[in-house]
Amino acid sequence: MKNWGFKIPDSRTLDLDKEDLKLYNKIVEKVPSARRCIMCGMCSATCSAANHTNFNFRLVHHKFRMGMFESLASELDKCMLCGKCRMLCPRGVNTRAVIYNMRIILDNMYYKNI
Amino acid sequence: MENKKTVLVIGAGPAGISAAKSLANDNISVTVLEKEDTFGGNINNWAKLFPNFKDAGEVKSSLIQNFVNNQNIKIVYNKKVTELKKHNQKWIANTSDGEVFESDAAILSTGFKVFDAQYKEELGYGIYPNVITSVEFEKMYKNGKILTVQGSVPKKIAFLNCVGSRDEKVGNHYCSRICCIAAVKQAIEFKELYPQSEAFIFYMDIRMAGQFYEELYRKSQEKHGVVYIRGRISETSSTIDKKVQIKAEDTLAATPLRMTVDMLVLMIGVEASKSTTILSKQNNIDGPYGFAKSKDIHTADNYSNENGLFLAGSCKRPLTLTETIADGKSAAISVVEYLKQTK
Repeated sequence: MKNWGFKIPDSRTLDLDKEDLKLYNKIVEKVPSARRCIMCGMCSATCSAANHTNFNFRLVHHKFRMGMFESLASELDKCMLCGKCRMLCPRGVNTRAVIYNMRIILDNMYYKNI
Repeated sequence: MENKKTVLVIGAGPAGISAAKSLANDNISVTVLEKEDTFGGNINNWAKLFPNFKDAGEVKSSLIQNFVNNQNIKIVYNKKVTELKKHNQKWIANTSDGEVFESDAAILSTGFKVFDAQYKEELGYGIYPNVITSVEFEKMYKNGKILTVQGSVPKKIAFLNCVGSRDEKVGNHYCSRICCIAAVKQAIEFKELYPQSEAFIFYMDIRMAGQFYEELYRKSQEKHGVVYIRGRISETSSTIDKKVQIKAEDTLAATPLRMTVDMLVLMIGVEASKSTTILSKQNNIDGPYGFAKSKDIHTADNYSNENGLFLAGSCKRPLTLTETIADGKSAAISVVEYLKQTK
């Protein structure tokens, strides 16, 4: 059959029945404070990396929690681990540790397969 | 001997009980008219109360101390007031069975009713058996178990806030004030019963204004791992095995979302009870959404624009139980002030 060079895209819908929400529990085990996040965005508002890139920790954390792992690994590379966000977090989330542990999990998922 | 002043209290819920007790304490003769065959009103529908998980029955029994056997209080059950009118400085209440009560002042403590979730047809209440309301959750919890229609423990449960509140489509623009906190409370109760199950709360804003409420929210995340999803459920459908399929948007990720849960709990809002609407309309003190309107929300909240008719509790607006009990007492003080002036 002729290859027309296009295909039907995957559904954009976030399917919580399919996605592996349990992966987030690995983060929570290492960083229990992550659970307290209320998605206020104070972290991403103060982020030094966000001055130069479109890095958004709040969104990355949220996407990870909901099992939307696509492109997260490269997103996380934008963080410099400066820890400014951690100083501001009103719920005392160890944001740096969240990023660090997300990186480990995502590295195992993506980069090791390359 | 001086004639004792008399006051009619309409409704024996927490506001009415607390007002009647305070009045009786001031040696005023109180007649409480209750449409049901028992006192307590909406408190009878609750198992435990936020923020401290106190047993609602316990709260009720401490509330009714000096109420039931008080010589200054006469409680009349199964009396639905159909008409309340002022006549020659007296308040006259007509009941549905034709009896007439008379007094020097009257307190409206006719309270609220919960929103009928069937109006939000898209959420499937009354259509899919595993879609229940927060009041039904309380009933189940009272019996110690939360089970699906099939009789199994839900592996996944979702709570949806703002059902019948903050919704122009059902004519209620206001916030019902208690549902957010109740959702957090019920999610914690569920996780304590079934730690292996998952609980999700769909919210618009989490409104935790009150002492210890925010802490409860924090505890639900930290200790019980309740997952909060910002977004309103647009519609539900049923799977072949009677699970509930949910469609919503995860607004924090700007992505449409779909999931299947074993049970969906609708956090139904607070509306003015029928008696509240009817009796306040008769006396031209009806406010928005059928609630009764106070004279001044800041300085004369228990007074109405009708001299001698007072307001107590959630006939004015959605209130927590704590506020309702305090408001009953406050109404009693206003009545005493009034009766002194009219001596």
